[in-house]
Amino acid sequence: MAILSVKGVNKRFGGLQALGDVNLDVQENTVHAIIGPNGAGKSTLLNVLVGKLIPDSGSVMFDGQSVLGRKPHEINQMGISRVFQTPEIFGDLNVMENMLIPCFAKRDGAFRMHAIESIRHEKDMIEKAEEMLAEVNMLEKREMQASSMSRGDKRRLEMAMCLVQEPRLLLLDEPTAGMARADTENTIQLLKDIRTKRGITMAIIEHDMNVVFSLAERITVLAQGTPLVEDTPDNIKGHPKVREAYLGEAQV
Amino acid sequence: MDQIIVQILNGLDKGSAYALIALGLTIIFGTLGVVNFAHGALFMMGAFCAVVTSKILSASHKVVDPTRTDFLGNPMQVDTFYVQDFFGMAAGQAIMDWAVPIAILFAIPVMILVGFAMERGLIKHFYKRPHADQILVTFGLALVIGELIKYFFGANPIQTPAPPAFTGSLDFGVFLGYEANTIMYPYWRLIYFFFSAIIIAAVFAFLQFTTFGMVVRAGMADRETVGLLGIDIDKRFTFMFGLAAAVAGLAGVMYAPIVAPNYSMGLDFLVLSFVVVVVGGMGSLPGAVAAGFLLGILESFASMPVMVDLLPGINQIIIYLVAIVILLTRPRGLMGRKGVMED
Amino acid sequence: MLGLTKKDSTLLLVVFGLVMLAPFILNPFPEGSAMAQFNAGYPDLMQRFLIFGIFAIGFNLLFGLTGYLSFGHAAFLGVGSYAAIWSMKLVTLNVIPGILLAIAIAGAFSLLVGFVSLRRSGIYFSILTLAFAQMSYALAYSVLTPITGGETGLQIKNTDNPLFGALNPGEIGRANLFGLEMNSSFELNVGNWLFTFNLGYYIAAVFMLIAFYMSIRIFRSPFGMMLRAVKSNQQRMNYTGLTPKRYTLSAFVISGMYAGLAGGLMVAMDTQVGPERMFWTASGEVVIMTILGGAGTLMGPVLGAGFIKYLENIVSKINKDILHEWFAFLPDGLEDVLVTMVYPFVGKGWHLTMGILFMLVVIFLPGGLVEGGQRMAKLFRRNKAADAQDAASKPAE
Repeated sequence: MAILSVKGVNKRFGGLQALGDVNLDVQENTVHAIIGPNGAGKSTLLNVLVGKLIPDSGSVMFDGQSVLGRKPHEINQMGISRVFQTPEIFGDLNVMENMLIPCFAKRDGAFRMHAIESIRHEKDMIEKAEEMLAEVNMLEKREMQASSMSRGDKRRLEMAMCLVQEPRLLLLDEPTAGMARADTENTIQLLKDIRTKRGITMAIIEHDMNVVFSLAERITVLAQGTPLVEDTPDNIKGHPKVREAYLGEAQV
Repeated sequence: MDQIIVQILNGLDKGSAYALIALGLTIIFGTLGVVNFAHGALFMMGAFCAVVTSKILSASHKVVDPTRTDFLGNPMQVDTFYVQDFFGMAAGQAIMDWAVPIAILFAIPVMILVGFAMERGLIKHFYKRPHADQILVTFGLALVIGELIKYFFGANPIQTPAPPAFTGSLDFGVFLGYEANTIMYPYWRLIYFFFSAIIIAAVFAFLQFTTFGMVVRAGMADRETVGLLGIDIDKRFTFMFGLAAAVAGLAGVMYAPIVAPNYSMGLDFLVLSFVVVVVGGMGSLPGAVAAGFLLGILESFASMPVMVDLLPGINQIIIYLVAIVILLTRPRGLMGRKGVMED
Repeated sequence: MLGLTKKDSTLLLVVFGLVMLAPFILNPFPEGSAMAQFNAGYPDLMQRFLIFGIFAIGFNLLFGLTGYLSFGHAAFLGVGSYAAIWSMKLVTLNVIPGILLAIAIAGAFSLLVGFVSLRRSGIYFSILTLAFAQMSYALAYSVLTPITGGETGLQIKNTDNPLFGALNPGEIGRANLFGLEMNSSFELNVGNWLFTFNLGYYIAAVFMLIAFYMSIRIFRSPFGMMLRAVKSNQQRMNYTGLTPKRYTLSAFVISGMYAGLAGGLMVAMDTQVGPERMFWTASGEVVIMTILGGAGTLMGPVLGAGFIKYLENIVSKINKDILHEWFAFLPDGLEDVLVTMVYPFVGKGWHLTMGILFMLVVIFLPGGLVEGGQRMAKLFRRNKAADAQDAASKPAE
């Protein structure tokens, strides 16, 4: 069952056809990677998926509802969580507060005037946050200011913040971009654990082939704004067209 | 129709001042990325350069004139001006009359130095700090400058007249085919307009036609890349700040005869100049200039008696209303670059 | 206690103590002594501490937590004042309805201004609030003169006859709290010391303590956490399913209501109002207070307001004679030099001193007095720890 269904999406910027007739289905409970050389349209596609860009034509359906032009908080409430290239967390707040915010958001919605309650009395929320922090081994760091953590830890925290809201789809935007080897390995392991433990659907836009082939169950290759091939990792590995797209010429 | 022309002319001098201040503000914001709440104070300092020059040139001492006596029968003590002692009666008088234009020569180096000092001493430490901090520290600086001026020059406006040669009005209407005396425009204000136009043109020419200017424009578009290219953008920024300060100062010097300089000028003009910059589009130099003139003229139209009767007080608030409307409907202003400061 | 943590309760109690005992604490010097000019324990000044404290506490909820810098809050103070005085002219001289009306009207006005201004963020937002502030000032000064009295402002006149005033014709009404006159004072003489207990002051104190308590609750609430999230990362907030704008607007309105309360209290103490209350530099003053005290902290705005208002009172009173008194022990030449050097910064030069102080704080101690206090405490603790370490390491020798 396709949880995310992209049909016939086109987007033109002036003279450039950034996305041409993109069709893509992300099946529930799979890890679907979207790869492609620079300029292939990955970022553009992502921006369409999160409602930031409205395509010239086509549809993007999530769970049967259109995603196009929706505000970010609506996207989240539909069940899509997003992990950014550079970890987006609340740097000024401590780890525990970072984790509490998505908990409150999930329970209370986009806005609630809870100015009289005290956080320390919200036992349920605190428990939920602590559970999640424990799951990603960050409970001891709960008092740490988020901005002072390593990039790997920030990435961990960000993913945990997404997961605590129990999203239907986790969108990852080049999650290992700019990471050192060790951090990348940790992130891959983290994602694998999340996958096995929670059976969550993931769509990953990625550059690092190592990450892609460790995690993906299905791969879509974009080139020049349009899907080239969509298949299993094994079939993609040796695919001549894919190599051509990346290297620019056929290799025998 | 003649009324419309009169109003347009009326708006030109204030508009010129707005345009010059906004130009400097935009240079600073565009190149350095700094929000400078002390810019109005720089304008004010220029105006006080004129005051100081005037005071220095009219310094006098008492000389005993044996040929005359005062009412007590003692030899008269006459105020004689140093410049007249030095250059003779006629030339001395002329020098004193022309104090304001002479002040330009004095103001340029002073304001450039002030700009350098401000940038090196204060502003450069705030490049990396958030805009709110920049606003706060320059706001503090504006307060301090205003208070210092109040301390040295008192709280009252100081009349600084233009050279007598320019005190009359030009019969503008005659050029346009109207009857004599229908459209009169004071000479000095006309000169101010041309003066500003020249400065604006010079700044644009500098940015457009010199290598230095090209680098600055590149820095305005993308500071990081310019830095990566190994160009020492810091020194250029200091220079640009000095230039912006000088532009604001010059706008102030020549404005002194139009509005008597006083210590609250800085803050008065500050709010308006930011409004102008925002309407023109933050980061757009042509926008700043265009918006300056536009808003000056608009303010002038709103001051017409017929308008004030219709909507009392409209002249006070028209600029703010326009700013609010523009900020809401077209946040990048009339000519701002897309993506600058957009939400 | 009252739903607060131990630490916060202690803080509240300390503030409560300070405020209630202020007539004593602020008048430590006997009347007629040389230092008597440094006394601050008279009703006018003490009320101003509280009123600006309230103003700053509210402003801090917006600027300190969300980071949105508004230069327009003086407009809400002014609107509150105008509302209060009209209530006292038309309805009743009892201050309570006036104050409540002030809060309500200022809140409504800030909702309007906030809604429009928050369409943009950052510097655009600040300039929008600036534009609104100046517009309000201009409107009060020359456009809405029937309502605002224009340049001269409004005050209680003998022609006013409030609905529930029970005034004789020609009598000038006096602000009161259910019959008790606001400026009724009780003076206590203990030896050479004079302590004044003023009803108006204590009414303001009650409001201020409630306002302070509420700010603590807001700081410790999920709402307060969301406000800090706004300052930290709006994008992450959005993608977590929250709407930062609504949170910020709420903070804006709450701070507007605080400003309205301050304005209403100002009128209750001193039944007059003029448009200068709304000039944007008055907004600048509350900005300075909040930052000087420590933006984003609980005590910061209170400290800042007290500090600025106290210094303003003291420094403004220092003149050349007093300076000469101080430096009299020095040889004449040196004495004159020092007096000339210090003179620009005192008396009417108070604003200069305030401006310089403000700049120094922004440059070197952006966390204000609270940060300064914390740093000093750390130094103190480190010295203690070093001493303890020394004592511990000695036997090992």
